[in-house]
Amino acid sequence: MAKRFSIRRQPGFATIAMFSFFVLYLPIATLVVYAFNSGTSIATWEGFSLRWFQSAWQNQQVIEASIRSLQIASIAAVIATVCATLAALATTRTAPYRGLTFKYSMVNMPLLVPEIVTAVALLILFSRIKVWTGYSGLGYLILAHSAFCVPFAYLPIRARLESMDLSLERAAADLYANAFQTFRYVTLPLLWPGILAGLMLAFVISLDDVVITEFVKSGGQDTLPTYMLGQLRRVVTPEMNAISTVFLMLSLAIVTVFFFLSRNPQKDDK
Amino acid sequence: MSVDAAELNEKLHRKDIRDRWFLSAPALILIGVASVGPLLIVLLYSFLAPGNYGDVKWAFSTDGWFNVFFSRDIFDDTVSLADAHFTIFWRSIRLALATTVLCLIFGFPTAYFIATRAPQNRSIWLFLITIPFWTNMLIRAFAIQEVIRSEGLINTILIKLGIIQAPIQMLFTDFAILLGMTYVHLPLMVLPLYASLEKLDFRLIEAAYDLYASRFNVLMKVIVPLVKPGIIAGSILVFIPALSSYVIPRVLGGGKNLMIGNLIELQFGQGRNWPLGAALSVTLVVIVLFAMLYYVRNAGKNGGSAHG
Repeated sequence: MAKRFSIRRQPGFATIAMFSFFVLYLPIATLVVYAFNSGTSIATWEGFSLRWFQSAWQNQQVIEASIRSLQIASIAAVIATVCATLAALATTRTAPYRGLTFKYSMVNMPLLVPEIVTAVALLILFSRIKVWTGYSGLGYLILAHSAFCVPFAYLPIRARLESMDLSLERAAADLYANAFQTFRYVTLPLLWPGILAGLMLAFVISLDDVVITEFVKSGGQDTLPTYMLGQLRRVVTPEMNAISTVFLMLSLAIVTVFFFLSRNPQKDDK
Repeated sequence: MSVDAAELNEKLHRKDIRDRWFLSAPALILIGVASVGPLLIVLLYSFLAPGNYGDVKWAFSTDGWFNVFFSRDIFDDTVSLADAHFTIFWRSIRLALATTVLCLIFGFPTAYFIATRAPQNRSIWLFLITIPFWTNMLIRAFAIQEVIRSEGLINTILIKLGIIQAPIQMLFTDFAILLGMTYVHLPLMVLPLYASLEKLDFRLIEAAYDLYASRFNVLMKVIVPLVKPGIIAGSILVFIPALSSYVIPRVLGGGKNLMIGNLIELQFGQGRNWPLGAALSVTLVVIVLFAMLYYVRNAGKNGGSAHG
């Protein structure tokens, strides 16, 4: 009753917000807690144990799928980030020119097309190429992942470029640095946090992908998410929780670093 | 002399643009080859005849498209509307719309809450919203599955409290899909809403209160119109991926409650009717394009007035 009148307050909003946060974290928290269950059920708690982490560690399929996931994500993230950096340099800090809108929409296109449609399209294309060339390695997955990671890597790099000060590059040019020197010694160091942020974003996105991987992969090319999708059809043990928990921790670590890299770009320019 | 300078400038400008094409080439080629280009193949395949064991025969056929909308009886060749497809399309649209509304109901107060915190605390709240967003979608779906299954957290608590005697079947229902999609897409609603609400000019709200507006009127007549671009952006960002969901209905719908995404997959898996699958994919893209078009038109109209 004695609450001071505030123009910013809307009744019930804080409660709904707290509820939203609670609901966002409750399932994840439950999942993590039951990863430490000593029983075989993912619903009844029987005591603390690390046995499911051990059993996941000893599961050959899980280890292979994890290594494959990390391989694909690392290579795809690097390819996507290099392409995205160059594209960001080509599409920022300029007056509008013919083709700019085209480039911009092309780069962002993978965000708009439903993933299931891209997955189907790649299935059609790659199944043909597989027959023609006889090659059925990880290359297809890496190519597909690189492509859909480009817009994610592009976002933070572009944001960084747009908030960057042009005068330093002009100064370098005035001091007779050539275009390459200016880029190498002025632009690139300033852009670096954006590039790293883009790289990490691309890595997480590639690591998380289920749909496109599920359609593109050849036999025996399960990544961790597609392996988990297959397992969900059967009786699930807390081993799934243990795998998920490790996966979660990895994503969380990367996203935390990303968060600190990408906030307040002006602050660390000084 | 000034003519030379102008000529030189023009030359430099042209070189700059040429360089910019070279720089963007790798990204354009990569996306062209492995993301946008293949969509044209899908369009092509939707006009071919199905092969016997999947894939296609290289013959022009409109059967794929015909089968999207109509079904032909195997016995007497009578043609009727493809009820199964319409049902699934309608279900998908309904579920995606319901997801959007639920995300708005929970996302708006959440975004408003974050936007009215002290500036130095906002990024922490935003971070808390983004963490689940970067968590693997499959893991989140699995987490929801655990909470709502018959012997899961909710049923256990309700039974312990004596509210229900037997567990409620929540998993593998439309409710489960709706819950999962809302859960997964909520951050996509909160982020653009926050971006709009953060720029909200609270002097306008003060003015409304000075003119004796009630809290509800301030919300509906001042705040909501001002952040309309954010509401539209968030709704589109939720609606499009929700409509094309594949993982959530597969994990939480239990294989019998299909959405468009699962229907498409079926044609490439068990159905072995690639042209039909391709035609369904094109249909989905067209629906998404219409939603985007709606967004672009409305955001363009309202974006200007919000900044003015």
